[in-house]
Amino acid sequence: MTAPALVVRDLSVSVGGSRVVDGVDLEVAAGETFALLGESGCGKSMTALALMRLLPPGGRVRSGSVRLDGEELLDLPEYAMRGVRGGRLGMIFQEPQTSLNPVLRVGDQIAEAARLHDPAADPRRRAVELLAAVGIPDPERRVREFPHQLSGGMKQRVMIAMALAGRPRLLIADEPTTALDVTIQAQVLDLLADLRRETGMAMMLITHDLGVVAESAGRLAIMYAGQILESAPVGAFFAAPAHPYGRMLLAALPTGERRGGHLAAIEGRVPSPDEALQGCRFAPRCPQAEARCHRQPPDWHPVGPGHRVRCHLWAQGGHGAHVDVPVAKGPGAEEGAAAPLLETQGLQVHFPIRKGLLKRVVGRVRAVDGIDLHLDAGRTLALVGESGCGKTTCGKALLQLIRPTGGRVLYRGRDLAALSGRALRPFRRELQIVFQDPFAAMNPRMLVGDIVAEGLVAQGLAKDRAERRARVAELLERVGIAPEAAARYPHEFSGGQRQRICIARALAVEPRLIVCDEPTSALDVSVQAQILNLLHDLQTGLGLAYLFITHDISVVAYLAHEVAVMYLGRIVERGRVEAVLAAPLHPYTRALLSAVPEPDPASRRQRIHLEGDMPSPADPPGGCHFHPRCPEADARCAREYPPLRTLSSGRVVACHHVPDG
Amino acid sequence: MSAYLLRRVLYAIPILIGVNLLTFVLFFVVNSPDDMARMHLGVKRVTPAAIEEWKRERGYDRPLLYNERGEGLARFTDTIFFQKSLALFRFDFGTSDSGRDIGYDISQRMWPSLAIAVPTLLVGLALNVTLALTLVFFRATYVDFWGLVGLVALMSISGLFYIIGGQYLVGKLLHLVPISGYDTGLAAAKFLILPVVVGVVSGIGSGGRWYRTLFLEEVGKDYVRTARAKGLGEARVMFGHVFRNALIPILTGVVVILPLLFMGSLIVESFFGIPGLGSYTIDAIQRQDFAIVRAMVFLGSVLYILGLILTDISYTLVDPRVRLE
Ligand code: SF4
Ligand code: SF4
Repeated sequence: MTAPALVVRDLSVSVGGSRVVDGVDLEVAAGETFALLGESGCGKSMTALALMRLLPPGGRVRSGSVRLDGEELLDLPEYAMRGVRGGRLGMIFQEPQTSLNPVLRVGDQIAEAARLHDPAADPRRRAVELLAAVGIPDPERRVREFPHQLSGGMKQRVMIAMALAGRPRLLIADEPTTALDVTIQAQVLDLLADLRRETGMAMMLITHDLGVVAESAGRLAIMYAGQILESAPVGAFFAAPAHPYGRMLLAALPTGERRGGHLAAIEGRVPSPDEALQGCRFAPRCPQAEARCHRQPPDWHPVGPGHRVRCHLWAQGGHGAHVDVPVAKGPGAEEGAAAPLLETQGLQVHFPIRKGLLKRVVGRVRAVDGIDLHLDAGRTLALVGESGCGKTTCGKALLQLIRPTGGRVLYRGRDLAALSGRALRPFRRELQIVFQDPFAAMNPRMLVGDIVAEGLVAQGLAKDRAERRARVAELLERVGIAPEAAARYPHEFSGGQRQRICIARALAVEPRLIVCDEPTSALDVSVQAQILNLLHDLQTGLGLAYLFITHDISVVAYLAHEVAVMYLGRIVERGRVEAVLAAPLHPYTRALLSAVPEPDPASRRQRIHLEGDMPSPADPPGGCHFHPRCPEADARCAREYPPLRTLSSGRVVACHHVPDG
Repeated sequence: MSAYLLRRVLYAIPILIGVNLLTFVLFFVVNSPDDMARMHLGVKRVTPAAIEEWKRERGYDRPLLYNERGEGLARFTDTIFFQKSLALFRFDFGTSDSGRDIGYDISQRMWPSLAIAVPTLLVGLALNVTLALTLVFFRATYVDFWGLVGLVALMSISGLFYIIGGQYLVGKLLHLVPISGYDTGLAAAKFLILPVVVGVVSGIGSGGRWYRTLFLEEVGKDYVRTARAKGLGEARVMFGHVFRNALIPILTGVVVILPLLFMGSLIVESFFGIPGLGSYTIDAIQRQDFAIVRAMVFLGSVLYILGLILTDISYTLVDPRVRLE
């Protein structure tokens, strides 16, 4: 390792009295990417803010040292620290949408940073140069734009440009791509890697995403409940994680190989920072915890070169250290049942755009533009695509939560789109939905029991109170929640538990099909595994069919039987999951899959680069919607929209250039 | 944008008609034209003939809303409502029931109203914003805590208390300025100080608290953290970033009431004996002078709608995200 740019020793931070960071040691060498990995609430962001000395009100550094190029930052007076912040120490944040000032032009926001840290240069010229450096086309024009005129990926580039204005020695990137789509995430990660190579700066990547770590970092440290549990070179960690928590995190990832089995969910939840824990922080959830683990905090033990771990199992060289990861193969996915449960034919949802004095319709947003889907009972169909592709609208249109403007939705042979509100009522029972944000989907002033019972009452499924109560208890138990929870309020539960409650609510009316709209994307890996296991068990137990709306390919690989890929309101490829993921045919599917970071540094592949952003569905490009970004486009693609063709393999693709065979 | 404005103006017409109708109905539910005549004529001279004569002179001898004897459209046009309302849309306010020219009265009396309302608004705005920024600068400290307690206390006191207390303290005890009254030209200043001070003080509680909330909300936003992460000092963060954004709701909140400043304050003006439009309205209500009440309500609604349109326009000026379509 070259001379470390950043050395942190024994850093402890408290916020409002609770210790959110507890004795963190870490080093980042010049020019390397160091990943700080952890689930939400583990203290990784607080560590970063403490380095910047930007802790929220009530937060303070209790002890420790932070040296940047040998200079102690914690002792600097505030005015001197301001010279470091945004100068030698840059930071970018998770939410590019809200991290830029909405009323200032992006050029001014960059120039402001340049003026502070680079007084010799002309700040306006610097702003243009920096925008060009982060790969924003037409920077002369863009400097005069406001943040709302830029896409999410562009805004994150602007944030990066702002951080670069001070020529940082160390760039802290706090979940820089979490709010972005995979293809955009790939662009931003590549940009960061290029910039690091060009400028020689060090980078500290804070993330919860094992795939992102595997693809872009050199070394990593795993944080849990305010402490670092393991630090290792990325290759060594993914080959053989040493800490039980690290192993379980890897085992909790959904993948294609784990299909049909259970994921290794980590039971329980992260301890809250004000709980006093004597021994190992992970002990309450660790399957290998011994008596001493609860009494005595483990020391650091070496595992290999640059690889060390904080776990008692390694006290004697770690030979006893291995984690049982139960991957029991469940009943395999049986072949397609008889009649389709749900079928859409040419489903369309167009929203009018109104303009002018009389609000005339001047155009339409083709959110969903002629979609044919097909879902059998007891199976899972994944609808995949990036944000804005229309997948959520499509899910809502299936349930008639948004009325389709065209096409048919056949549920067991009946066209739901043609039914009136009253005639739909019996079908509402059989088709349920689970949303991404479990908290927003529940009335915070209702008791959990009442939330779950709502459907029972509306559908007249429970005759009296006693029966209703018994049924609610049964449902809660089924999703793994203690029945006593019925008398509590949603805010008393964690995100994963709330999602379970939402699932219980959907199950209450005994549906046959559940539309799951990104049900796990707001959850941590270990909790996601719990929910995916639950969904899997419910499907095998109750024969439910799922329409799984997601952008997460690994979840698709684990859970789905069929997959349909959407781009700008249309299906571009459809087929069996194993086949599509193993050999994607449509250029968009290929690019999408190649952009997904694999949690395996050995398999760093060449990404297919997609330029630019997804166009607006109000004004899709002529010809093939994908042609402005497609690496294989030719003149014909710009002219004609390719028809959906069924290949002899059964795969359905909309592309001129996919040969049959 | 022009299409948008045109649409807003067209929307205003049915609203104004509705407001007019409502005032009309409310007024005549309580009073009949006969009552009005009796009131104006005084008790002694009231004979049925005099009442008829009074009503005929002022056009109150028609039916209220619907004329059964009329032909076709005249059933609706030959009524008190139609005859009295139509002229309003030409801003022709006619004469009051006691025979004065309302338009002239308004043009005379709006100046005292403005002389109080404008300084009250500007001084109050400056004071409240400064106060709120100070509290936010000291957020999560005792300064902020006790400041907020003070604001809530100020807010909880009734507005009348400020008027009466102010008159007692400043006028009676200290003999600094007259308690009430008015004069023309510069001599008016000594009559204006007390109402302005009372107006500003009584607004500190709610205004300061509201602005504090706005600033606090902005200070917690992500872009403020970004600004700090650039290395900007607290003053630059506050004025260059937080203030710019908090200004949007503040400015538009002010713009919406700008036109209404003409109308003056009903309470302050009558307590301080200021001959503005506020006291004009109160007096008219007491005298049951329908012509004036109707004119003032109409004017109030027009100005309010104007305020809303100006607010929309001001949004486009201060917030780049907003465009009027
Ligand atoms: S120290 Fe004990 S409880 Fe902690 S991770 Fe190791 S085995 Fe598990
Ligand atoms: S039709 Fe042309 S532009 Fe569209 S995906 Fe195929 S090759 Fe690309």
